[in-house]
Amino acid sequence: MRTALTVLRKDLLLELRGLETLPAMILFAIVTFVIFHFGLNRDTIDGQLAAGVLTVTLLFAAMLGINRLFVAEREQGGFDAFLLAPVDRSALLVAKATALFLFLVVLEVIAVPAFGLLLLGPSLGPALPGLIAVLALGDVALAVIGTLVSAIAVQTRARDLIGPIIGLPLLLPALIGMARGAGPLLVAHGSSTPPGRWVAILALYDVVFALLSYAVFDFLLED
Amino acid sequence: MTTYGRGLRGLSLAAAATITLALALVFFYAPLDADQGFIQKIFYIHVPLAITALCGFVFGGVLGAMYLRTGDRKWDIRSYVAIHMALIFGVATLLTGTIWAKASWGHWWVWSDPTLTSFLIVMLLFATYQPLRFSIEDPERQSRYASVFAVVAGAFVPLNFIAVRAAQAYVHPRVLTLAGGNLPGSMRLTFLVSLVGVVLLYVTLWKYEMAAKSTRMQVRALRRALLGEDSVAPLKRSAAPS
Amino acid sequence: MSLTVLASLPTAVAPALPLHTAGKYVAGAYIVFLAIVLIYVGIMATRLSRTERELIELRRDVEARRAAQDDDREREPVT
Repeated sequence: MRTALTVLRKDLLLELRGLETLPAMILFAIVTFVIFHFGLNRDTIDGQLAAGVLTVTLLFAAMLGINRLFVAEREQGGFDAFLLAPVDRSALLVAKATALFLFLVVLEVIAVPAFGLLLLGPSLGPALPGLIAVLALGDVALAVIGTLVSAIAVQTRARDLIGPIIGLPLLLPALIGMARGAGPLLVAHGSSTPPGRWVAILALYDVVFALLSYAVFDFLLED
Repeated sequence: MTTYGRGLRGLSLAAAATITLALALVFFYAPLDADQGFIQKIFYIHVPLAITALCGFVFGGVLGAMYLRTGDRKWDIRSYVAIHMALIFGVATLLTGTIWAKASWGHWWVWSDPTLTSFLIVMLLFATYQPLRFSIEDPERQSRYASVFAVVAGAFVPLNFIAVRAAQAYVHPRVLTLAGGNLPGSMRLTFLVSLVGVVLLYVTLWKYEMAAKSTRMQVRALRRALLGEDSVAPLKRSAAPS
Repeated sequence: MSLTVLASLPTAVAPALPLHTAGKYVAGAYIVFLAIVLIYVGIMATRLSRTERELIELRRDVEARRAAQDDDREREPVT
């Protein structure tokens, strides 16, 4: 656990000092909202359409972060250093997934209000508690699968390509859950609790893939 | 050293006989469906192909887990062949599925069909298996990463079906979930025979492919043993384990 | 007359095969299945002939090597 915290601290400090990935993700999300405004030719959207647009935007912004997750380790020998140290290798998974999760949270803290301002028709306030729950569960999925896929992709030749093409189909159930869970919330006078079925599916997905990734991650790090 | 050719003839004969029997049952025994009519006959080839493909993917995941556990490359080859065969059966599923969709609902593709959609997602995922393998040059690492992928993707299959089914309207004829009740006896028998036939076909082709690979490897090893290391041309970079 | 009897035999045996447009789709589906299996058989046939060729080459190379070794042994000067 201490190893995971150390690696996590390193990654967060690196990002704070360098500030490359996170601003890019945020900027990308906001520009995407503008593109959607023009692409859909709508001033406001609501309901399932809004949920879909938000989910897709967050997904592609997350892809930017995922592609960069292990690049430093790969290029500066971080993997070898980690392998040599007498630590539990899955700590790297925990650290990276937590880092990615935190990046996504920061992204959403900025992007969701921006979405409420730029594109969303109904007011964001009443939807917020339910939306936070759905997005949090979705972020866990994105973080876990993103870390797993990034670790696989960083060792291949077609680095940036392999990550998304493997990750996107794997993430589909979680994305369905996020979009369909958020849909009923983003309606004027909609409910403030997300539909239970989708929360359950997201939670099930998170648990299964978190456990699976934890079990399998060791094999990716072997020399 | 396992010989994959042993028992292959008996197996392929069994597969051929069962499939022939199934075809006979489909066209001469099974009654016409009340609402879909003759079109429904596609069900007897489409659904067994789908089930076999999905089980093949999960089987590939299990074999990949065996490789991770033992490190013995023969498990990786088995996993690769299982997934390869399942992909072929999956393509057949999608093709027969779209034909069925066009015949029943007038469109070549319908989103409102949860089974076809889930299947498309699974195929999109497994379509990345060979590009992934191809992009890793070191053979041991290729086997390891491919096995990790096989395990994760194999676990993904059931989850994906749950999620998509929950998401979509029940337009697809839900014959299987109602399989306990709704399928009349004669149809159920025909379906089961078809299913057994297609599964036997899968196992036969899997064994066949393994025998072919094993033979090729033996020839190379023999050449290396008799004529020395440099008489064997090095294999090109490929997605298949060798 | 006998030909028409023969032609109508399948429909007499099979329970009411309505061969309107539905028939084409069903046939199409089963043909797709058959085609895929046959294509696979064809690919395996190519592989088999390649393996056969490799074995023949191997045998030829081994015999050539053995013949060369026999020659060398014959040419060795008797000491």
